[in-house]
Parts: sequence; C-alpha cells; structure tokens
Amino acid sequence: MHAKNRNKDADALRAQIDENLKKVYQQALEEQVPDRFRDLLEQLRQKEAKG
Amino acid sequence: MSAASTPQAPPAPDPRDELPEHLASLRAFAISLCGNAAMADDLVQDTIVKAWTNIDKFQAGTNMRAWLFTILRNTFFSVNRKRKREVSDSDGVHAASLYEKPAHDGRLAFNDFRKAFDQLSPEHREVLILAGASGFSYDEVAEMTGVAVGTVKSRVNRARARLCDLLGLAAGDDPISGGDADTLAVMGRSGVHAA
Repeated sequence: MHAKNRNKDADALRAQIDENLKKVYQQALEEQVPDRFRDLLEQLRQKEAKG
Repeated sequence: MSAASTPQAPPAPDPRDELPEHLASLRAFAISLCGNAAMADDLVQDTIVKAWTNIDKFQAGTNMRAWLFTILRNTFFSVNRKRKREVSDSDGVHAASLYEKPAHDGRLAFNDFRKAFDQLSPEHREVLILAGASGFSYDEVAEMTGVAVGTVKSRVNRARARLCDLLGLAAGDDPISGGDADTLAVMGRSGVHAA
C-alpha cells in the first residue's frame, strides 16, 4: 500500500473514532437528568439555611 | 476579589448557584466513564455533596466543569480500586446487551464502537472522553487527572490503538472503503472479544 493512502486511511479512521467518541458522550448528555440531583441540591441548601 | 473596592457592589455570587448547569455534563461523563447508569448516578450524587461541602476550595473564575469532573473522576478511581471485579462484571453485561447489525455502508457501526469502548480500561475511557469528546485541552486533562501532558498524549494514543484492536482494525485500515468483508470481520472479532 502507498504511504499516502495509508495516511489518508489513518486520518479517516481517526475522524470516525472522534465522531463515535463524541456520540458516546452526546448520547449520555441528552438523557434526562434525574430529579434526585436537583432535590439533593435543594436539601443541601435547606440544611445549610437551618444550620 | 475586586468587588470589595466598590461599596455598592452586590455580594460575590455563590459559585454553588452554578451547580445545576453542570449536572447534565457531569452525568454524561459519569456514564461514559463507568458504562452503568446506576453507578454513574451514585457517582454524580457523591460529587455533588463533595462539591457543595468543599466549595471554598473552588477558585472563582476558573472552570467549574473541570473542577467537578476532577472530583468525579477522583471519586470514581478511589471507589473503583475497591470494587474492581464488580465494575468489570457490570461492564460485561452492558457490552453484551448492545449488539446490533452494523450499517450496510461499511462505516464503523456505532454499536460495535460502543461495545469496544466499554471494554477499554477506565483510564482509557476517561482520557478519550475528556480529551476527545467533552472538549477539554490536553493541558486541562493533565491537570484534572494529575499527570503530565505527555502522559495524557501517550495515553490517548494507546487508548485509540486499543480501540482499533478491539474493533479488529489496524490503525491504518480504512473502515469506509472496506465494504462488507471488513464489516463482517469487525462483527466476528467483536464477538470474540465480548465473550
């Protein structure tokens, strides 16, 4: 195989890996954040207001 | 800070007010890191409590997302050392449930990719998500993970090579022009690795 093609292939693979990595993160990012975390922040705030 | 010099200046904003904005990205990082939503949510919960109680250690004006991600990954790696076996078992279950026929165009199928990604070591998943997917610079990742920039770079390269290995691709192979034969090879090898 020609070195030039090999580089091009490596770049293409690299780009696909990057794209898929972004998708792994993006999919998780698009999930609904469970209410328990906002509730937890509210609890922490109230606990501090009392103390 | 400089707010003290102007008498009418409002009190310094509480950085904790910023926490809700970061919940989604914190959780996305946690899920990417441990591949298990239940464990990810426990991690996010621990991170929120730690961030809340240690907010005095956060330096105003610095990147809060980076600070939170650092707390989360430190928590993950200290817990992970204790229950390594449990984590790898749950990853196996997660990987096994993700199999799907790859796309006909021969492109790297996302489900195959995801399955390979979940089989990486947590250190490799971490560095690829931080430096690759969530947009931090190598310098930032080095600071967050407590290693030298050169270590981050070599870890990224090794993680990429390992991914290609798990997908049955040599680093120079082209998954686009390979067509069905390569796609089948990817399927076959992924199956072996998943076992």
